[in-house]
Amino acid sequence: MTTIGQEIPIATRRRKDKLMLAACLGATTLAVTVLSVLLLSIFVQGASSLSWSFLTSFASRKPAQAGILSPLMGSLWVCAICALVAIPVGIATAIYLEEYARRSRLRNFIQLNISNLSGVPSIVYGILALAAFGRCFGAISADDPLSLGDPDGFFYLQLPFGRSVLAGGLTLSLVILPIMIIAAQEALRAVPPSLRQAALALGSTRWQMVWKVTLPSAMPTMMTGAILSMSRAIGEAAPLLVVGGVLLLFSVPENLMSDFTVLPLQIYNWAGRPQAEFHKIAAAAIIVQLAVLLAFNAVAIIIRRKLQRPLQS
Amino acid sequence: MTAVAARNAAEISQRGRLRHVGIRQCTEGIIEWSLWGLTMLSVLTTVAIIAVLVWESTGFFTMAGHDDVTVWSFLTGTTWSPLLGAEPAFGILPLVTGTLLVTAIAGAFAIPVGLLTAVYLSEYASPSTRGWLKSALEILAGVPTVVYGFFALTFITPYLLQPLSESFGTYNAMGAGIAVGIMILPIVCSLSEDSLRAVPQSLRDGAYALGSTKFDVTAKVVVPAGLSGVIAAFLLALTRAIGETMIVALAAGGLAQLTANPSQQVQTMTAYMVQIFLGDAPANGIEYRSSYAVAMTLFALTFAMTWAGAIVLKRYREEYE
Amino acid sequence: MSHVLMDPATTIPQAQSGSTPTPAPAGTPPLAVEMRGLSAWYGTHQVLQSIDLDIAANRVCALIGPSGCGKSTLLRWLNRMNDTIAGARASGRLSLHGLDLLDRALDVVDLRRRVGMVFQKPNPFPKSIFDNVAFGPRLHRAYGRTDLEELVEQSLRASALWEEVKDRLKKSALSLSGGQQQRLCIARAIAVDPEVLLMDEPCSALDPRSTASIEELIRELRENYTIIIVTHNMPQASRVSDTTAFFDEGKLIESGDPDTLFTTPRERRTEDYVSGRFG
Repeated sequence: MTTIGQEIPIATRRRKDKLMLAACLGATTLAVTVLSVLLLSIFVQGASSLSWSFLTSFASRKPAQAGILSPLMGSLWVCAICALVAIPVGIATAIYLEEYARRSRLRNFIQLNISNLSGVPSIVYGILALAAFGRCFGAISADDPLSLGDPDGFFYLQLPFGRSVLAGGLTLSLVILPIMIIAAQEALRAVPPSLRQAALALGSTRWQMVWKVTLPSAMPTMMTGAILSMSRAIGEAAPLLVVGGVLLLFSVPENLMSDFTVLPLQIYNWAGRPQAEFHKIAAAAIIVQLAVLLAFNAVAIIIRRKLQRPLQS
Repeated sequence: MTAVAARNAAEISQRGRLRHVGIRQCTEGIIEWSLWGLTMLSVLTTVAIIAVLVWESTGFFTMAGHDDVTVWSFLTGTTWSPLLGAEPAFGILPLVTGTLLVTAIAGAFAIPVGLLTAVYLSEYASPSTRGWLKSALEILAGVPTVVYGFFALTFITPYLLQPLSESFGTYNAMGAGIAVGIMILPIVCSLSEDSLRAVPQSLRDGAYALGSTKFDVTAKVVVPAGLSGVIAAFLLALTRAIGETMIVALAAGGLAQLTANPSQQVQTMTAYMVQIFLGDAPANGIEYRSSYAVAMTLFALTFAMTWAGAIVLKRYREEYE
Repeated sequence: MSHVLMDPATTIPQAQSGSTPTPAPAGTPPLAVEMRGLSAWYGTHQVLQSIDLDIAANRVCALIGPSGCGKSTLLRWLNRMNDTIAGARASGRLSLHGLDLLDRALDVVDLRRRVGMVFQKPNPFPKSIFDNVAFGPRLHRAYGRTDLEELVEQSLRASALWEEVKDRLKKSALSLSGGQQQRLCIARAIAVDPEVLLMDEPCSALDPRSTASIEELIRELRENYTIIIVTHNMPQASRVSDTTAFFDEGKLIESGDPDTLFTTPRERRTEDYVSGRFG
């Protein structure tokens, strides 16, 4: 039967095989090279500007004296607020979708909506946040804000939030909420159904099952997801730029209503200037930023390795 | 013995105080409704985004004293000069083509490199090499985008592009496009790889048993079988490229012009928004309002692409067994 | 031992050693596969110990034995699928029509078109029925459209699937039932015109009715192919095979005519196994 066709020489097929391997290896090498060159070029530019005073000084018009105290503290504040909001809400949403919601149209719609949200450009979230947090949709005038507490103390709130660090943190929580939800959902899905059935068979209510069985099993994976979401948040600049993060600041946040800037914004500010000296300190700030990120990732990896016990024999 | 112990257990079990069923049902109800409420926040976010964009864009199109600005002239106009000259012009096409030019360059770099790397990771690499390369990609994925912008400005353009041709300025579409490509490379790569690895080993075995070379197995079985996931990965990555802001704000330039020349500077939709919100324009002027119409366009574009990706995944998802 | 690669199209399954130039008399068919002192390892774990076994051409040979006895490993050495597993190695002699199968320099791609394989679970490609059958032929040769259509039809007829699928060749192979999928996989293997068909528990994932149809197919196919089948199902082995070989703990315990092996085994262990006392 097979004698009809024209034989394809095995050498030709082997050659294609080799070419494929060469192409794949080439692409992988290119990817790794790009990463190395990126890190190396930043390190070469920025290493000389790194010092203790760089971390503990405010910005300055003279690059040699400039530091990143404001953006560093700002990033911490914004990130903490963002984590406090996005992680619980994200986990709650994931629990509702995975453990409570029936497979209905509504659930499919919410799910589709979440995946669509994760594709929305972050700068668009900035626009929403500016309207919602910055201006309360125009319901309260910024010239005549509602105030609560002592403006110089720690406990001070006013509506609308304006360009405050609280507005910044809430903005970022909008950006990472879909990512957090999806990560938490995946963690919950990885818990074997047999564990849930065992809990229900002992007569536990749905919430008792979630709280005592599902959540503890899913926690390590969830925390990894949370940390990776936070590392996305700490690198975001565009939405904060819209909400009103300040490019040049000489103070650190004292309460939720303080002005703020973050590391990526400071980097953007310095990188955008024509003078090479500012590029140097931008690179130094990038090194600090990458170090923070690496620490985040390291924690995520440790959690993954240490806490992740097998859930099934 | 067992019978005695069982009787004892039954007796001891009865000693505990019975919890109130009614209270329990009540708490359960409260918890479920709270969870539902928090879930609705994400729906609310979408609704609010659309509402704000539509409201503010309407404000832009109906602004008094600018009757020449209509939806049609906005979508088809070829001049975008809101800040320059006596007579501002709001034709979004230069911003759209600028965005598409940068995205095309990014895709031309990231799609082939990302897919081939994914194939290498999934089909060729040993487990240890794979683990090592995946961590490298994870690092690349975690790098803030402003860093890529800095890289484009201080390395790609001066050390790679300008030695090639003198026509490249400090700001150009090519440098920004390559940097965006590097940024989306890990997305293309890791999502494609997930999809390729989900192809069952039995299909590879079946192909090998018919006398396939590795090339045959990969190109004729594995990649076609995982194609829906691979295409969804491309779409997601391109969506990210379109919405990317900091790289283009730093490296692509600030001149909105209708050009396909990658050595020229272009302004993208996102870069224009940055320019406006950084305070070049008074907050109640038409220039400021125009940024919302631009944002609306950007949102519609990315929303359509995410939607397309979801459809590809749903419609063409391969059930392997 | 010569390492000549033969064109399968011109090769009639026949012993290569030249010892019997005249056609073999009925009852003593030419050898297809010859094993002498074949041992195999995965890493440091030895899975086959010095196997001596001859498998006749155009016959069905069934390999039986408890799980982990090495029968599947043996099968996977016959088309070198073990090459895809790190740490798999073998020693001794294993030859197919005189071709040394343990030769490192052997072209496994060419070998596998001469030795087809059907797997435990049906594994059709997520492509159309037509493209599944045409996959193998397209790898090795360039065909005209009509030739290819004819080849697909004949292969599907050979696996007794043609009548069921002739109107929907463009439909996805995954729309077929489990039994149909397995017959499609047999058609896919047949289409490259192999000399030997390896079957690794081909019915274990199927219902009784599909199993019966595959068994019937195996009996018919032996006219054209040497078939080596691994099975856990002893009645199946006795129904389809001309020779049955019993393996335990990596050793060949006993082989021979299935009727004898199942009714009056020579070895105690065989008796225990076939009577269901272990395994």
